[in-house]
Amino acid sequence: MSERRIVIDPVTRIEGHARITLYLNADGQVENARFHVTQFRAFEKLCEGRPFSEMPALMARICGICPVSHLIASAKACDQILGTRIPPVAVQLRRLLNLAQIVQSHALSFFHLSAPDFLLGMDSDPARRNLFGLIEKHPEMARDGIRLRKFGQQVIERLAGKRIHPAWVVPGGVSEPLAPAAREAILAGLPEMRAIAQRTLVWFKSVLHEFREEAATFANFPTLFLGLVGPDGELEHYDGQIRVVDAAGRIVADRLEPERYRDYLGESVEPDSYLKSPYYKPEGYPDGIYRVGPLARLNIADRCGTHAADQEWAEFRQLERGAVLSSFYYHYARLVEILYALERIEQILAEPQILGRHVRAQAAANHPEGIGVAEAPRGTLIHHYRVDEAGVIQWANLIIATGHNNLAMNRGILQAARRFVDGNRLSEGALNRVEAVIRAFDPCLSCSTHAVGQMALRIELRGPEGELLDEMSRGA
Amino acid sequence: MSRMRLATIWLDGCSGCHMSFLDMDERLIELAGQLELVYSPLVDLKEFPEQVDVTLVEGAVGTSEDEKKLRHIRARTRILVALGDCAVTANVPAMRNPFGPQACLARAYQENATRNPGAPQNEVPRLQTRVRPLHEVVPVDVFVPGCPPSADVIFYVLQELLAGRVPDLAGRSRFGA
Repeated sequence: MSERRIVIDPVTRIEGHARITLYLNADGQVENARFHVTQFRAFEKLCEGRPFSEMPALMARICGICPVSHLIASAKACDQILGTRIPPVAVQLRRLLNLAQIVQSHALSFFHLSAPDFLLGMDSDPARRNLFGLIEKHPEMARDGIRLRKFGQQVIERLAGKRIHPAWVVPGGVSEPLAPAAREAILAGLPEMRAIAQRTLVWFKSVLHEFREEAATFANFPTLFLGLVGPDGELEHYDGQIRVVDAAGRIVADRLEPERYRDYLGESVEPDSYLKSPYYKPEGYPDGIYRVGPLARLNIADRCGTHAADQEWAEFRQLERGAVLSSFYYHYARLVEILYALERIEQILAEPQILGRHVRAQAAANHPEGIGVAEAPRGTLIHHYRVDEAGVIQWANLIIATGHNNLAMNRGILQAARRFVDGNRLSEGALNRVEAVIRAFDPCLSCSTHAVGQMALRIELRGPEGELLDEMSRGA
Repeated sequence: MSRMRLATIWLDGCSGCHMSFLDMDERLIELAGQLELVYSPLVDLKEFPEQVDVTLVEGAVGTSEDEKKLRHIRARTRILVALGDCAVTANVPAMRNPFGPQACLARAYQENATRNPGAPQNEVPRLQTRVRPLHEVVPVDVFVPGCPPSADVIFYVLQELLAGRVPDLAGRSRFGA
C-alpha cells in the first residue's frame, strides 16, 4: 500500500461533512480516490418509540435544504399506515410544495454553490471563489440566483407557513387549504422567474464549451439511471413508478413498484464512510452502479410534459446518442428542471379545484407498515416505517437520494483526479476540480448520514521515506 | 473601519440554520459590504483563521471531532454564537442519546444493510456516547433558539453585533420556532 496521499478536508460548497483521500503511487500519480462521509445521524433509530404522526415533522429535520422532500416521503409512508386515500386537492398541493423545493434547491446548487466555479473560474483565488465573490464580480448573476431561490422558498412559505421545516404536510394530506391570496402572489412572481431560468439556460449553454475537459472527466462513464416516471413516461417528482435505463438509453426495467424497492435495490456498507452504497440488485455490487437526480430523470423520461421544458429537454438529450453520461451535465439538467417546475407550478395553480377546502383525510393507524417514495431534488427518496398496534414506530429504513450516487461519486472523483491531479506538482485548481465533481452531484450529506473532518487543510506530500516533497495550505 | 470577520460552521445538524442564513436573500448583498466571510461551508478557505470576530455555530456536538473543532474555533473567536436549537439544546440529534451509539450504528449498518454489514471503522469519527449542546463543551456568548431561527432573526443578530451591541433575543425567537 502506498503511504502517499492527498487529503481534501473538508469538501466545501456542498451540503454536509465530507473529505476526499487521493492515494498516490510511487510516481506520484493518482491510484485510487475515496469519498468519505464522516457524519452519522441515526434517524433510522432515533425515531423508534415515537408516534408515527410525528414522523413528517421529525424526519424533515434530516435536512434543512430539502426538508420538503422528507416531509413528503414521510407523509406518503404515513398515508399507507393510515390506509387512506388522500384528497385529490391535497395531492396537488403537496406536488406544488415539492416543485417549489426543486426550484429553491436547484437554484442553491447552481448559483450559490457552483456558479463561482463557472464564472470566477476553477483556478481562481479560493478566498473569493464563493457567493460573495460572485456578488462582487457578477452581481446580476448573483442577484438572479438569490431571487430564484427566494421565490422557491417563498412559495414554500406561502403554502406551508414557514420556509424551513414547515409542519403543513401531515399524514392524510395537508393541514390547511391554499389561500386565494397566496395563489395570486405565486402567480405574480412566475414571469420574472421564468425569465431568469431561460436567460441562465441560454448563458450556460453558451459557455459549456469552456468546460469540455470537465465534462469529459467529471464522472463521465456508463452506469444505469434510476428514478420515478409518470404513467406516460413523463417527468414525475411526486408519484409514479420506478424506471431504470442503461447507458445506451434503453429501458432495462419499467413500472417497478416503488414499495417493492427491496426486491431490486441493495445497500452495501463501505468500511471508510458513513454513507452506504445502494446498488441495483440484478447487476450486483458494484456492477449495479446507477445514478439518480436531475441528470438521471432527464435520461429516463420520455419527455418533461411542459412546453418550454420539453424543448430544452430535446436539446439536452442531443448531447449524446444514448443517455447523457457526464455528471458535469447535472448542472444543465438542474436548469431544465427549474424551468419545468415553474411551468408545472403555473399549470397546477390554474386548476379550478386547487383552492378546494377538503385537504385532509382522517384515520387511525390501520396498517403495520408504510413506504413513501418521491423524487427529491437530488433523486429518489425512500422512507419505510413499521409501527405497532398503537401506531408507535418500531423500525425505520431510509434510502436518501444522495446515497444512490455514492458509487458514481467515488468513481467520478477518481476519474477527475487521474486527469487533473499530479502528485508531484500540486495545484489548488486541480483539487478544486476534484471537489467540483462532488458539487455536480449536489450531495446532501446531513441527509445521508453525518461527518466531521479535521480542521487543518495543509496538504503534505511525502515520499516513501517520509521526506517532505511538497506542501500547500489551501486558502490560508 | 475594517469589516467584521465572520465565520460559520455546522456540526451535528441539518444545515437548516445555514439555509436560513441564505434566506436573508438580497440582504446578503448588503451584508457583503459590511462583513467578510472568512470561513464557512459556503466558501473554500479550508483552515479556520485566527482572530475571527463572530462565529455562528450550527448543530450539536456528537463526535470527538465535533468537540475538537469547537474548542479550536472557540480559541480563535471573539464572540461565539450558538445558532439554532441543536446548538442551544442538542435538540433532535440528542434523540439518539437514550439508545447509545452502538444500537444506532447496528440499525443502519447491520439490520439495514444487504451487503458487507458492520459499522464503518476507517476514516470516520467515533460517535460520542451523548450528543451535547455547545455550552456543555465551551463558553457560548450568544444563544439564538429556533429550528431554524428565521432569516430576520439572523439578520438582527448580525446587525446588533456589527453595531457593537449584544443582541437581545427575548420575544424574537423561541425553541421550535
